[in-house]
Amino acid sequence: MSVALKDLRLPLAPFVLEIDATLDGRVTALFGASGSGKTSLLEIIAGLRRPAAGAVHLGDTVLTDVATRTFIPAEHRAIGYVPQEGALFPHLSVRKNLLYGFSTSRPRPAGLTFAHVTAVLEIAALADRAVGVLSGGEKQRVALGRALLAAPRLLLLDEPLAGLDVPLRARLLPYLARVRDEFAIPMLYVTHSPDEVMALCDDVLVLAAGRLERRGSPAQLFQIDPTPRHELRPS
Amino acid sequence: MSAEAWQITGFTLGVAALSTLAIFPFGVAVAWLLARRDWPGKSLVETFLALPLVLPPVATGLILLKLFGRRGLLGGWLERTFGLEIAFTWRGVVIATAVMSFPLLVSTVRVAFENVSPRLELIARTLGAGPWRVFATITLPLAARGLAGGAALAFARALGEFGATIMLSGYIPGKTATLALSIHHLAQLGHDHEALGLLAISVVIAFASVWVSGWFLRRRTP
Repeated sequence: MSVALKDLRLPLAPFVLEIDATLDGRVTALFGASGSGKTSLLEIIAGLRRPAAGAVHLGDTVLTDVATRTFIPAEHRAIGYVPQEGALFPHLSVRKNLLYGFSTSRPRPAGLTFAHVTAVLEIAALADRAVGVLSGGEKQRVALGRALLAAPRLLLLDEPLAGLDVPLRARLLPYLARVRDEFAIPMLYVTHSPDEVMALCDDVLVLAAGRLERRGSPAQLFQIDPTPRHELRPS
Repeated sequence: MSAEAWQITGFTLGVAALSTLAIFPFGVAVAWLLARRDWPGKSLVETFLALPLVLPPVATGLILLKLFGRRGLLGGWLERTFGLEIAFTWRGVVIATAVMSFPLLVSTVRVAFENVSPRLELIARTLGAGPWRVFATITLPLAARGLAGGAALAFARALGEFGATIMLSGYIPGKTATLALSIHHLAQLGHDHEALGLLAISVVIAFASVWVSGWFLRRRTP
């Protein structure tokens, strides 16, 4: 299923976000420095923010179209969103977090059961714990599981590993790869890390100051690009 | 404790509870609107809400008397339509204490709502929850301690209300006499011994309600 961003425009403080692109990879990376407009773009797609102009289509569905005043509210979009800090609901147990978006009324692909998702993410044993006692890596896996169990048509991952230390990131990457291979839900993956892009993504959009600067496969971008990796990293 | 002291104490507690209950839903709604929404005239409403905190309570009481008195705009209408007398009845006491404690309820509950991360509410939306479900399952439980603390604070404020109450309801023994009004009345007459008895009761109740409010507000929601 493709995500079409048609002449999207949103003024942000230092620049104007302007994107026109169709994303149809399995995992598309949005790569760029902090403050390049990546999170705002995800929020527009998720329906948490309205653009000033343009349209967002998901497959055949028009999610947002400023010209025709179409705006499907976030709760009806079936787009999962996993932010950097996981944002688990602190007053609910792990199980209740996982089941928060679980609805029998949404069409649900066969594999997206509680048992299977918690098994893939290895969080079944955590189900009856309080959120507060989880480690950072466990929290991110629960957040991912919670988004998956809502049966999303598209999964937005906003630097899901950024708050974690390097060894933990390395341990979590295989879980993300499993989610990609197991559930066939297209993902948009915001990251600063070329390693994560190389490991997970098949298409990369490089954003700079709200504009699409370059686009290509991870191999193309990181091989052809003469810029050393550390300069692509944010300061 | 004399039968009269019991009656006064019971009446005061009842009035404070009733006024807190009456303003609670409105207070929560206004606090949420102030914490989560931007609308034209918001700063005017905020200023207006702070007025009972800074105006002399007797001035607020006079305004209420002009509104709810028999010839007042609302008082006249309520009496003609429902046969309800407000001024110089227990209802007047409830209204005066409600108006005086409303700002305290709103400001406390507003802070409680502001402390709930909007991020969590947005995530809940992406999980398919509509605005009401988000409010009921995320915002409200996470702000619950602040709501309880605000209610306890409003209750405490209602217990001690004097100025607005004496203007709207006067001191009528057995009818509108609260602890505060009775202490003032007894002290005026030089009945210091009885006044001190009621004072002791007031201190105990006030201490307890402020402590309860603090207990709610100090402890953070998980």
